Amino acid sequence: MNNNLAFDFSANRENNTITVKREFAAARPLVWDAYTKSELLDQWWAPKPWKARTKSMDFREGGHWLYAMCGPEGEEHWAKIDYEHIRMQENFTGIDAFTDAEGNRNKDMPEAKWDVRFTDKGQVTVVEFLISFDNLSQLEALLQTGFKEGLGMAMEGLDELLAKLRK
Amino acid sequence: MRRDVFQAIADPTRRAIIGLIAMQAMTPNALAEHFDMTRQAVSKHLRILAECALVKQQQRGREIYYQLEVNKMKQVDKWLEQFRKIWENRFSQLDDLLLTMKNRKK
Repeated sequence: MNNNLAFDFSANRENNTITVKREFAAARPLVWDAYTKSELLDQWWAPKPWKARTKSMDFREGGHWLYAMCGPEGEEHWAKIDYEHIRMQENFTGIDAFTDAEGNRNKDMPEAKWDVRFTDKGQVTVVEFLISFDNLSQLEALLQTGFKEGLGMAMEGLDELLAKLRK
Repeated sequence: MRRDVFQAIADPTRRAIIGLIAMQAMTPNALAEHFDMTRQAVSKHLRILAECALVKQQQRGREIYYQLEVNKMKQVDKWLEQFRKIWENRFSQLDDLLLTMKNRKK
């Protein structure tokens, strides 16, 4: 579905960044809300069969979003985004880190800096993530984490979820 | 026992060890300071990493230093595709949520 919506994903090893760019068939204020309100993030942020569960959300400069990625077997991976700069409906930046349930950062896991931009392109909204790491090993550690969690995901379950949401 | 790089990174402690020794060669004692576990437990993880040919060992005086075998990590390229799939999956869910939100407004 949505083959008409452009999706770019690229990793740049020279400057330790990943760029994720995607178009969405909705007006910018709506897309912005989906990225910045926890009750909406909880509905889409975790790739199925994982579920995102917000513990606390304070979307402002200096605030943070603390949430758990909950797995089908009761696994919990805590993560936090500390928001740095916010320009309403245009851009936000922050630091993404692995934490414990209290939001204390795990220094052995990689941290990434996020720069998320929202722009209009005709009828669609373009969202561009620039994810930067301090060094390559952090990038690779993150890819490994994503790999492990991605591997267990049953993509076939997605259709079911989408059908449920549509009702 | 046959081991591969995928087994090596299945464990979060080993992933963390990989992150640490990617930057500099370290002794098991220095590594153990980063984890809530014994030197013996760290050594066991290092042995598994060595069996996967992910680490190089170097004797310096009485100490053995461990460093990441960077070329072996090239297999990470395969994982990038998995990471991309996570984002695709996530965005499909967002497409649908946006649709639901738009319909609700009407």
